[in-house]
Amino acid sequence: MSTRTFRVWRGDADGGDFAEFEVEVNEGEVILDVIHRIQAEQAPDLAVRWNCKAGKCGSCSAEVNGMPRLMCMTRMNLFDEGEDVTVTPLRTFPVVRDLVCDVSFNYEKAREMPAFKPPAGVKPGDYRMQQVDVERSQEFRKCIECFLCQNTCHVVRDHEENKPPFSGPRMFIRAAELDMHPLDARDDRQDMAQDEQGLGYCNITKCCTEVCPENIHITDNAIIPMKERVAGDRYDPLVWLGRKIFRKGKKGERA
Amino acid sequence: MALSCAERAATPALSEFSREGAQMTTTDDTDVSSPPRASISARNLRTDRWMRGPVLTVIGITAWVAYATFRVFYQGDYWAADYHYLTPFYSPCISDGCIPDSAHFGRILPDHPLIPYAALSLPFLLAFRLTCYYYRKAYYRSFWLSPPACAVPDGHARYTGETRFPLILQNFHRYFFYAAFLISVINTYDAILAFQSPAGFGFGLGNLVLVANVVLLWCYTLGCHSCRHVMGGRLRHFSKNPIRYRLWSFVTVLNNRHMMWAWITLASLALTDFYVMAVASGMIADLRFIN
Ligand code: SF4
Ligand code: SF4
Ligand code: FES
Ligand code: FES
Repeated sequence: MSTRTFRVWRGDADGGDFAEFEVEVNEGEVILDVIHRIQAEQAPDLAVRWNCKAGKCGSCSAEVNGMPRLMCMTRMNLFDEGEDVTVTPLRTFPVVRDLVCDVSFNYEKAREMPAFKPPAGVKPGDYRMQQVDVERSQEFRKCIECFLCQNTCHVVRDHEENKPPFSGPRMFIRAAELDMHPLDARDDRQDMAQDEQGLGYCNITKCCTEVCPENIHITDNAIIPMKERVAGDRYDPLVWLGRKIFRKGKKGERA
Repeated sequence: MALSCAERAATPALSEFSREGAQMTTTDDTDVSSPPRASISARNLRTDRWMRGPVLTVIGITAWVAYATFRVFYQGDYWAADYHYLTPFYSPCISDGCIPDSAHFGRILPDHPLIPYAALSLPFLLAFRLTCYYYRKAYYRSFWLSPPACAVPDGHARYTGETRFPLILQNFHRYFFYAAFLISVINTYDAILAFQSPAGFGFGLGNLVLVANVVLLWCYTLGCHSCRHVMGGRLRHFSKNPIRYRLWSFVTVLNNRHMMWAWITLASLALTDFYVMAVASGMIADLRFIN
């Protein structure tokens, strides 16, 4: 057991400041345990969102010493003995109170994304897919919607004006998941990614991948493949010429 | 939070308030420190050494570019005549100034101090690396500070990413990949020719250096994201294209380490060139195993 100094941001949309707490820390604990101890012993009205304490619900996202993390998965031994620990809410979304943010931006973006479209003539229950064909999409299904990636992405974190045209990495993996889905019947997902989700804003600097607690290769396996698909569809003169000459392979259509 | 998107599927009625909704809560000049976001005066609170990566990148790339520029315009010591070693910086050597034996593809360009001897391949190789997804990440972060590190503010007030000219041209990366593929074939050819020295079949340390460099270049070039797309990434059904699936899987293995190959090949290119220069200028003697 040891004592640590925790600096926790407290306030709401009108303003706030850091509150300092001297708090007991035991071996094996995570940030969320310590926040709970502060709540139990020193600041009963400290607002914090959590649910599973197992890194699976995506509720406890916050920034610890400036890095976006899940509080329940950030072990105290990550920090040096005697190092102060600073905890703030996510800094890309409006704050509700203390460590709780309003993440509705992400839900709004999710609603803009058309869902899976069933193939024509196949009844639900009759869907058949090969494992190799769904593997890529399955990686993206691991997402727990913690929105750490959305929060870290500089496109919106540092440029509020980009929020309307940019959906963010979490939605790009959704687009990739469906575009790679063997049975999805929509053929406009690449156009949508480029025109409506703002895929072009991403400069592949990989911060989303760096913070993803599910270790989804967001940039390498979703964003770059989608950029390549868009490039093939729009910016590839050979593909365009091939389509003209052979009149086959309509835009968006793939094997 | 963990509701799946599929369940919250889009309906036109719901999406109506989305774009406007995002704007309603905040104004355009909101930044990472200002309400309605948590008002925290420090623009970043990272305590680790996040500057290390960008600083090392700037040093590494600047040093390499300085060396490569010097060598490309040096126009000498690129061909070790005794052993037929040609440095990759001069391959293919197509200038009138090239030593005839080193010019495997003819000498078509005028000899001029400002025209590199390999003026046909170098611009494509430069463009290949400039538009490479890894190097883009590296220089956007380090030279352009956009962003310098995760959760550290972007160094620019406005940002449009790769949506406009000139950065929209990054989408042509695939073409530079095709060019780089051909150039790698030429480099491989050079490395094979080098086993044939004027005295017949020969084999020395320089051959090992050239071959190692070519192998590494292939690891970098084939691990390219565009290559991954072309090989099979663009398909929706791997099961219908088993051969392309295997190619894609192979490229994926290389691609996972693309950053590593990017740096290793910068080093191997410079070292190979330096070795050939040292042998060609007589600074060192090649260590010969045969002949
Ligand atoms: S890689 Fe793209 S989406 Fe991911 S954080 Fe960077 S800019 Fe945002
Ligand atoms: S992709 Fe990763 S970081 Fe982004 S919301 Fe999903 S789990 Fe969180
Ligand atoms: S509490 Fe569920 S992810 Fe942390
Ligand atoms: S060479 Fe790096 S992505 Fe193509």
